[in-house]
Amino acid sequence: MTDLLLEMKDIHIEGRSDRQWKPIIKGVDLTLNRGEILGLIGESGAGKSTLGLAAMGYTKGGCRISGGSIHFDGQDLVGASNEALRQLRGARIAYVAQSAAAAFNPAYRLIDQYCEAPVKHGVMSRAEAQSDAVQLYRKIRLPNPEDIGFRYPHQVSGGQLQRAMTAMAMACRPDLIIFDEPTTALDVTTQIEVLAAIRGIVREYNTAAIYITHDLAVVAQMADKIKVLLRGEEVEESSARDMLANPQQDYTKSLWAVRDFRRAPPAARHLDEGPLLEIRDMTAGYGAVDILKGINLTITRGTTVAVVGESGSGKSTMARVVMGLLPPSGGSLHHNGAALPKSGKQRPRDLQRHIQMIHQMADTALNPKHRIKDIIGRPLEFFLGLKGRAKDVRIRELLTLIELDPDEFINRMPSELSGGQKQRVCIARALAAEPDFIICDEVTSALDQLVAEGILRLLDRLQREMDLTYMFITHDIATVRSIADEVVVMQNGVIVEQGPKETIFSPPHAPYTELLLSSVPEMDPDWLTGLLKERGAVVTSEEPL
Amino acid sequence: MNSILSIILKRLLIGLLTLWIVTIIIFAAIELLPGDIATEMLGQAATEESLAAFREKFDLNRPVHERYFSWLGGAIIGDFGISLANQRPISELIGHRVANTFFLAGYAAAFAVPIAVVSGMLAALYNGSVFDRVLSSSTLAAISFPEFFIAYILILIFSVGLGWFPSLANVDVDMGLGERLYRTFLPAMTLTLIVLAYMMRMTRAAILNLLALPYIEMAHLKGIKRWRVIAVHALPNALAPIINVIALNLAYLIVGVVLVEVVFVYPGLGQILVDAVSNRDVTVVQAACLIFAATYILLNLLADILSIIANPRLLHPR
Repeated sequence: MTDLLLEMKDIHIEGRSDRQWKPIIKGVDLTLNRGEILGLIGESGAGKSTLGLAAMGYTKGGCRISGGSIHFDGQDLVGASNEALRQLRGARIAYVAQSAAAAFNPAYRLIDQYCEAPVKHGVMSRAEAQSDAVQLYRKIRLPNPEDIGFRYPHQVSGGQLQRAMTAMAMACRPDLIIFDEPTTALDVTTQIEVLAAIRGIVREYNTAAIYITHDLAVVAQMADKIKVLLRGEEVEESSARDMLANPQQDYTKSLWAVRDFRRAPPAARHLDEGPLLEIRDMTAGYGAVDILKGINLTITRGTTVAVVGESGSGKSTMARVVMGLLPPSGGSLHHNGAALPKSGKQRPRDLQRHIQMIHQMADTALNPKHRIKDIIGRPLEFFLGLKGRAKDVRIRELLTLIELDPDEFINRMPSELSGGQKQRVCIARALAAEPDFIICDEVTSALDQLVAEGILRLLDRLQREMDLTYMFITHDIATVRSIADEVVVMQNGVIVEQGPKETIFSPPHAPYTELLLSSVPEMDPDWLTGLLKERGAVVTSEEPL
Repeated sequence: MNSILSIILKRLLIGLLTLWIVTIIIFAAIELLPGDIATEMLGQAATEESLAAFREKFDLNRPVHERYFSWLGGAIIGDFGISLANQRPISELIGHRVANTFFLAGYAAAFAVPIAVVSGMLAALYNGSVFDRVLSSSTLAAISFPEFFIAYILILIFSVGLGWFPSLANVDVDMGLGERLYRTFLPAMTLTLIVLAYMMRMTRAAILNLLALPYIEMAHLKGIKRWRVIAVHALPNALAPIINVIALNLAYLIVGVVLVEVVFVYPGLGQILVDAVSNRDVTVVQAACLIFAATYILLNLLADILSIIANPRLLHPR
């Protein structure tokens, strides 16, 4: 028996848009041996997921495999009938999706969904599958393995769901599993447990895997070999250790280099002026539940305060309170020494103007029916009363400021912009109001690293030129390292640690900060192994059931 | 479970409140009709004594609110008062007709609902195929024609042409179930054709809406057969909109049958309502309106509650 499991040769995949077939994958080769793990990395739009799904003989709606051959264990998948492919899927090749919460059917219990594939593929009876599920749930370290299967997807946390999905993929003991960004939607501390669980179980059953991600540090922990994709073409492939130590291509090197951006200390701190924004004993929440429990925060003019914490820690709620979108239930807000009315509606227009916000999803934050000049022109008209020619001149100035050519972009629609350009337009819209304080809510987390770095550099330049103050909400520690002056660490609605970046990032840390910092994957293939050893066999940061 | 019980209880209360408001509107609307009921019924030539006697008999001398509450109290126990036109108790007059109307509606629904849901699922399964297009356009054609037209076409084919079914649906109380089903087959088919399209299209659309979702893709990637993906993975999550459109159509089956009943001379509520309106028999109109309104509200209430139960997040809270 040969060791070769999957062989894809000269794969071409096309997607249909505007009544034309456009290439997505342009002639990529991929081979995988039994028990081998291949990391597939690249930016969004590189075709990672498309290539991964093609290994199952599957394409998303509107796509087709237009050339090349795929052989799985000797069987041709390109020419295979739908029925032949159906019998392979789930049984011999399984899939783990990015968002477990969306990939589990909300109408059925976990165990029903676990048992479906083995029963329908005739691998096991329902009773066998059910007891097998408990075994795998235990192996993958789910709490209460006996009972957790009888819960519905919405009753289980995100990290647990992702592990349950890995167990589900294992149900028929497939030869190959495609992992499609399985930890991208998770917090760093949860990510560790899922990574450890996936790696453990894949090794135990000697399952081959294609691990798709955009996070180099993550893939370094998981993969035996790494393939880098760029716009549908292979850049290079080599063993994981070689790739990390010694990338050959310029593009790969640039991916490695991204994390180097460091902001110079601010030019002028206005320590003598008194704080620009002050939050005192703030409590706020939705309904009777308090999300924020007594927040005290002082922000100096001209600085960047990074707010870090996991999902549910109250970061975004704090932003909403400062914006006046969510009136707090207690405490007070001061801007330039004067108390701010709690509700944004009660704030005079001039105060509203001073505090602006940039959202995470530039896609949904821009009205798709408005041209760029209308999007940027609206605050100019609303806050500053600019009209006609004066407005037009100012729009052009703002576009130049965010490094977009006014002649080219002023009449475009948002759909004609890339992700990074959209986020730039959002920045211009915030700047149009001439604010002194801008809340940046995860503004780079939906962007690829190179693009994100460009946005960070832009924000930094604007801050210097215009004496802006930022509250930078993020869950990404690397971003904090590069842009923050002050760091605020939040957990469960309280601030667990705050201070200058240098202090927060050098030991000793508060326990939660320690957990958070140590959970950030590093570009060292032995990092996860070392960390797990250090923390002991049992990983228990997640809330119990 | 507490939250779901309290939601259902709230819906029930809102339903009752709506029904109560409707009784007020019906009663007030009839009250506000111009002219004096006694004069209207007895004619201009009536003597003072006969008018007074009429008013006495129908309680027209008591103040409005008293009459409203005694009417409401009666209606709750099924006593709708006395018909102005022929002086008989309304419940006796319409009792078996209400039953007939509900029978016909149920008969039509027994065909329409399963056909609509299954064909909607098939249309989603073969989305974009010839089958899908033929199904969609033929059901659309069926609702585009007025119902009496469909009724006549069916009579022409199945009664006059083939002679399989009677053209008159004249049922009576003593008739056996088989005979009854046979005689009302054509009106039931007419109603089925009319309501089929909405329900089928909603089923198709609700399922198609879900097909791009990750958990449907996941089911495909688990190697589940296409039909099972539609029936087991998509349908349960598409139930809420389907239930709502079914409830609306069931209500239409009961309220909208007037023309079909007239065409087939079927002794249902529709016929008597037409008679009552032309005779200005306001108490019968009141009763019929109330029954129709109650049907609408109850069916929608049922749909609401079923949709809530169909949502696993509410049924199985954290």
